[in-house]
Amino acid sequence: MRLQIPLVITFLAGLFMAVQWFVPHELGVTVYNELLNWGRIVAAFALVLGIQSLLRTHVEKIRRQREDWPYSAVAIASFVLMVVVGIGWGHERGTGFDWIFRHVQVPLDATMFSLLAFFIASAAFRTFRARSTEATLLLVAAIVVMLGRVPETLIVVLGETRPGLWMHAVMPDVSEWIMDFPTNAAKRGIIFGVSLGSIATALRILLGIERSHLGGGGGGGP
Amino acid sequence: MPEVLPATEIFGVSVEIIGVWLAAFLTLAIFSFLYQDNPVYKLAEHIFVGISAGYGVVITWHEAVIPLLINPLFRPEQAGLEAPNYVVLVPGVLGLLMFSRFVPRYDWLSRWPIAFVMGLYSGLTIPSSVQGFLLPQLHATLLPIWPGVEINAWTAVSNFLLVTGVVCTLAYFYFSREHRGALGAVSTVGIFFLMVAFGAGFGNTVMARVSLLIGRVQFLYHDWWFPHVLEPLMQLLGG
Repeated sequence: MRLQIPLVITFLAGLFMAVQWFVPHELGVTVYNELLNWGRIVAAFALVLGIQSLLRTHVEKIRRQREDWPYSAVAIASFVLMVVVGIGWGHERGTGFDWIFRHVQVPLDATMFSLLAFFIASAAFRTFRARSTEATLLLVAAIVVMLGRVPETLIVVLGETRPGLWMHAVMPDVSEWIMDFPTNAAKRGIIFGVSLGSIATALRILLGIERSHLGGGGGGGP
Repeated sequence: MPEVLPATEIFGVSVEIIGVWLAAFLTLAIFSFLYQDNPVYKLAEHIFVGISAGYGVVITWHEAVIPLLINPLFRPEQAGLEAPNYVVLVPGVLGLLMFSRFVPRYDWLSRWPIAFVMGLYSGLTIPSSVQGFLLPQLHATLLPIWPGVEINAWTAVSNFLLVTGVVCTLAYFYFSREHRGALGAVSTVGIFFLMVAFGAGFGNTVMARVSLLIGRVQFLYHDWWFPHVLEPLMQLLGG
């Protein structure tokens, strides 16, 4: 029963969501929207589990006074501050939560990702070598797309010479063509595969063939 | 930066100015990692972890828990209802069952909410993948490849390349047969298309990161350094 009931829940919930798509009756749409809300409520509780795991890791680090443990205290304090301010005083514009979001989270987020510009460039410099046809295609496509996004670079590098001006004029179009045709072709091939794979996996889950999300196939008891 | 916050000053200093200084400090703290890992970077990094996790909790609380669970149960008038909606107790109880993981004897009960969510989204995936991905992409791939009244020679060549690319990429991902002979040749062409796509994707990623970097440098100069450091300094020196 410990395995059968979850399998039945999965099958019924999935069957309804799949069938409802083809039966646009008012009652069906109402139940469909209600079930989606139920999914959001359950996901909210799942978030608590994630946060518990994060906090446990940091509390454990503080308790055992492992290396850099004071930073774990900073992480917990930041978390508590954001939650208390956000739940206590709301999250609308003009609140303390909004202030922390705009002056702490947004700058940290943007800077953290902008830092990747340096690492991605140095990694590219070290690894991009035109050793084979495949590597050359990758290198050329990357350079053309980058130059196409900022064609002014060509004027800076080549000056206002005829090749410089010509490449400055055509590079955005070449970059756009690479994005629209060869890149699109490969992406579409991948999307076909991913879509068919998603459908197959969803069917396996609904039919109870795929059970790994339930913690293995044993069932843990009768 | 947009103007807000009801409490506009702390010790006579505008909270917006404090915010700009804080943002500048945190920006420089993260950039300090370019030199080497250091305590200031670690401080900013851990603040980021805590604040981001807290942000997720607050948004979930205000956007899901309050309007979908608490209001329908305890404040029906705020949910546009005349009486409490006890049906939401079902997902509420399902959600609470998640916590049975903490009690080893009853941890099997946590499978119920997981099963519900997996079933919900698996069922949703089947028609939405067909309608949202497969059919539109298939439709967009069935293109004319012969020049005529509707398309010129260049568009025909581009379309031919697109169709060929899709077929060859799919052939590369066909693993039920060994890639030899015709299938091997076609899948090799598929690899070429994939490499171009990866290169273009890499180029786009680099440019997106550089754009973020430019944004941060602009913030440091236009929002912090010039108005809050350089200008007051020049005024102080009588410039």
